[in-house]
Amino acid sequence: MAEAITLEVTRYHPERDEEPSLQSDEVPLRKEWVVLDALNYVKDKVDGTLSFRWSCRMGICGSCGMMVNGAPKLTCATFLSDYAPGPVRIAPLDNFPVIRDLVVDISDFLIKLSRAKPWLIRKREKPLSEGEYLQTADELDTYKQFSMCINCMLCYAACPVYGLDPLFSGPAAIALAQRYNLDSRDEGSNQRLDILSHSDGIWGCTFVGECTEVCPKNVDPAGAIQQYKLTATKEWMKSFLMPWGGGE
Amino acid sequence: MLDFSSHDVLLVGGGGAGLRAAIAIAETDPKLRVAVVSKVYPMRSHTVSAEGGAAGVIRRDDSLDEHAYDTISGGDWLCDQDDVEAFVKEAPEELLRLEHWGCPWSREADGHIAVRPFGGMKKMRTWFAADKTGFHMLHTLFQTSLKYNAITRYDEFFVTKLLVDDDRVQGVVALELMSGKIQAISAKAVILCTGGCGRVFRFTTNASIKSGDGMALAYRAGAPLKDMEFVQYHPTGLPFTGILITEAARSEGGYLVNKDGYRYLQDYNLGTAQPKPVLRSMELGPRDRLSQAFVKEYERGRTIDGPYGPVVHLDLRHLGEKVICTKLPFVRELCLKYENIDPVNEMVPVRPVVHYMMGGVHTDINGATPLKGLYAAGEVACVSINGANRLGSNSLPELLVFGARAGRAAAMFAAEQILPGRQVRAQALDEEARLEEHFLQEEGGRERVSTIREEMQKTMEESAGIYRSGESLRRGADKLHELQERFRCISLDDRSRTCNTELLSALEVSYMLDVAESMIQCALQRTESRGAHQRTDYPARNDENFLVHSLVSRTQDGAPRVKYLPVSITRWPPGERIYGT
Repeated sequence: MAEAITLEVTRYHPERDEEPSLQSDEVPLRKEWVVLDALNYVKDKVDGTLSFRWSCRMGICGSCGMMVNGAPKLTCATFLSDYAPGPVRIAPLDNFPVIRDLVVDISDFLIKLSRAKPWLIRKREKPLSEGEYLQTADELDTYKQFSMCINCMLCYAACPVYGLDPLFSGPAAIALAQRYNLDSRDEGSNQRLDILSHSDGIWGCTFVGECTEVCPKNVDPAGAIQQYKLTATKEWMKSFLMPWGGGE
Repeated sequence: MLDFSSHDVLLVGGGGAGLRAAIAIAETDPKLRVAVVSKVYPMRSHTVSAEGGAAGVIRRDDSLDEHAYDTISGGDWLCDQDDVEAFVKEAPEELLRLEHWGCPWSREADGHIAVRPFGGMKKMRTWFAADKTGFHMLHTLFQTSLKYNAITRYDEFFVTKLLVDDDRVQGVVALELMSGKIQAISAKAVILCTGGCGRVFRFTTNASIKSGDGMALAYRAGAPLKDMEFVQYHPTGLPFTGILITEAARSEGGYLVNKDGYRYLQDYNLGTAQPKPVLRSMELGPRDRLSQAFVKEYERGRTIDGPYGPVVHLDLRHLGEKVICTKLPFVRELCLKYENIDPVNEMVPVRPVVHYMMGGVHTDINGATPLKGLYAAGEVACVSINGANRLGSNSLPELLVFGARAGRAAAMFAAEQILPGRQVRAQALDEEARLEEHFLQEEGGRERVSTIREEMQKTMEESAGIYRSGESLRRGADKLHELQERFRCISLDDRSRTCNTELLSALEVSYMLDVAESMIQCALQRTESRGAHQRTDYPARNDENFLVHSLVSRTQDGAPRVKYLPVSITRWPPGERIYGT
């Protein structure tokens, strides 16, 4: 073996362990290897019991998010050599319950995503025979960055509010609600206020924007949350000033 | 302990085809209870990786007949022409429906849908969402599916067996990956939407999850697979990772050049080198011909030696930063992140890479297999609209058109069936015992899952690559037989229940071995060259004997047996494939 680097992987097996522990493994340090390649090396050659998720290996399926040296990363898009001489610490994503080793339970996000009503809502559905809804490049640009979310959960792992208040809808769900709110074809934004009502989390969100910083796809969930705050304030004002339901 | 649940229609797989089918069922009859059983969360499915686009005729200068002709000639006349006609007709309306569901298609300046050229297509008809078309289609479908209460998801459940009773598929046995519990899920109809099996090869664009699960499930249950010898090599993959650089890079005007900077495709009967892209010519030729040209160019010593084998260069520099950033942002991102190369001012090293299976579970035009109650759609299926070589941008509309068709057909079938009987319960208990005994209790085996997988992948690459021969294929068949034997002595490090990913890998490898055997056998017996199946010992197309589909079934002792089925020819008699004029 040429050069090597040490991985320190957090291990936890609920059928056996009370507490997580660290396992050290030495792996080849190859310049083209990403952190995920090193994990697969351990799994294939050393210890088949190591559990983690992965799939596309090209940064688009969103499966392989983990904490690497304390920061949430897509392990398929994070080069091992960036951490030389090591060790590289790999742990499950923060803020989620751990199922085993590096696998976390993200089912909470799926519930929150549904609650955001991430689909096009129309007062009147146009029949297919009338063709497409026209949308200019500018209109597409208004929501496009929010549509780039791959649901990798790095933003939840980075979010200080979600860490303290699990009822908070969280960055990705709010960004995806906003993706539809801003789509020129959509007429359902007033039905997507619900995602704010389950927690006061949104008000705890500061301008720091940890979520935006860690997003591997350059989505700006912090921006979506600030926009939502504005909407929520307006709605609150409206309900306060016009309790009979103004506008629309 | 075994858990039981019951649904009307059950989808195995939650990618593009599965979700389109699920929505079609929910819209056909809102009373039907639909289950989507997927080994990954649906938005992780491999549809997500498709980049370039989805073909559907919308321009005035185009016609359905031209799309059909491009598809049929691209498929080297092995497509069923009636199926192709239905496909090209329904593709535009399916793509439009996705627009109505919110898919962020790229647009013309006036707000209408934009289309781009694509390989083997004589007209511009490929809809796209920049170069993340599959990603946007999958997320649109997944997010839209969330509004249907009739759809129940079984996320991260791996199907280990189809329940067949009374010659009818009546549900599945599935392993809940996170808990390790076995669940029997009965259903009046089952639709396989599990995608392809690129992972039987080592160097592939396919995600780790593409292990031919649905093909193996059908094959083991007695449904035949079709045209399994036809494996598509995409001409432009990044070396080492196999990451796909979309054909759209060439349709926007990229060049393929050899070590001398020469556009070598002009030497392979693909047209003359023009500065701007010409449809059905040169870099916009079909994938089989381009990948074959690469091998010939290597044999002439005109490729470039790279650390992972020979490469050629994809040159995008002349397109300029603006075009690359607006039309090909993902290409740039992938090159920067994985190759440390900026295509704006550097050439990208590429080589052919296993990408897509033309073959799959034999179905009719409505996704129905010969096995009652079993349907298939998407890459797992073979209708066949792709023949011996699929054209780029036909697979995304295929999963919509045939996902919807299979969904509607299965819904109608399910409405007439009674609930499965108690027999399936006994079968599910047997399956639970098999998994327990074979993988979790047995001691004394010594074969590692990863070793068998690596040897299988090496075998397939050496014996069934871009060019094959009777000799290489026979060697491959022998080796696979040996690996099947050795798989019986598999020994897992992990014998626990919770999230046992090694058990999952073992089950996937056993599926892939079956699928690989079926591929080798079909390839061995097709003694001609057609489309993506090139035999060095039989270099010519032979319409007299082989204008037929291979149908491969599993015999009692596990060995594959091949029969043939005529191709349906309606309006386009077999002719020569002409590109570059």
